Amino acid sequence: MDMTTKTFMYVNRKAPYGTVYALETLEVVLIAAAFEQDVSLAFIDDGVYQIAKGQDTKGIGMKNFSATFKALGDYDITKLYVERESLAERGLTEDDLMPITYEDADDDWAEKPSVQVISRAELAVIMSEQDVTLSF
Amino acid sequence: MKYTILVNEGPYQHQAADTALQFIRAALAKGHEIFRVFFYHDGVNNGSRLSVPPKDDRLIQKAWSELAEQHGIDLVICIAAAQRRGLMDADEAKRQNLDANNIAPGFRISGLGQLIEGAIQSDRTIVFGD
Repeated sequence: MDMTTKTFMYVNRKAPYGTVYALETLEVVLIAAAFEQDVSLAFIDDGVYQIAKGQDTKGIGMKNFSATFKALGDYDITKLYVERESLAERGLTEDDLMPITYEDADDDWAEKPSVQVISRAELAVIMSEQDVTLSF
Repeated sequence: MKYTILVNEGPYQHQAADTALQFIRAALAKGHEIFRVFFYHDGVNNGSRLSVPPKDDRLIQKAWSELAEQHGIDLVICIAAAQRRGLMDADEAKRQNLDANNIAPGFRISGLGQLIEGAIQSDRTIVFGD
């Protein structure tokens, strides 16, 4: 197979529970990591709830998969863009998000944040630069 | 141009599958190539051969099978999503010790890697979903 490297952005738009979109999208991201592409994730609209702190699904009988996001760094997925306007529209701030970090191989394995809260306009620019944008 | 198509919604429930079919027919008519169609989420239900819509409605699953037959298009159903939703080919039904299978002609069941490979190989990847 031709192993061209492309930029892939996975756009998460839906809440983590209520529908299966978020869970199955994370399954795509984890499989995709094996293809060694340049991967980023965007969280917009209700998708910002996917990485909210303190998720507890005991009462609804769904699997709480939020911890998987913290493992993304081990898959070399280190760019998680969160749209500031989507947070604000839901009364959330960066402090409401889980701390998600990665160890930077190019900087003596220093622990760095994977989450970058950026504006809608900034995200639009990054999105326009992608080879592949998969929206879920 | 070479396209990979991702269909994320089931037939009849949502218009995504109809729109994808219309897009593919239009692209083929203009001489473009469809490298692969990948079915994910409830989109896997596009590959059931046991759908019986009312007589005056369109036949979505059959339209996919005809597209595959006429144009040799690769229709791939995600195995993980299919297993959740009870979509089986004969091999998978046997492996799971189940007494039936329901995959429509022209479809095959495979892994998510087929979507990523399609996106790498194609000039454009287009998502049809909610």
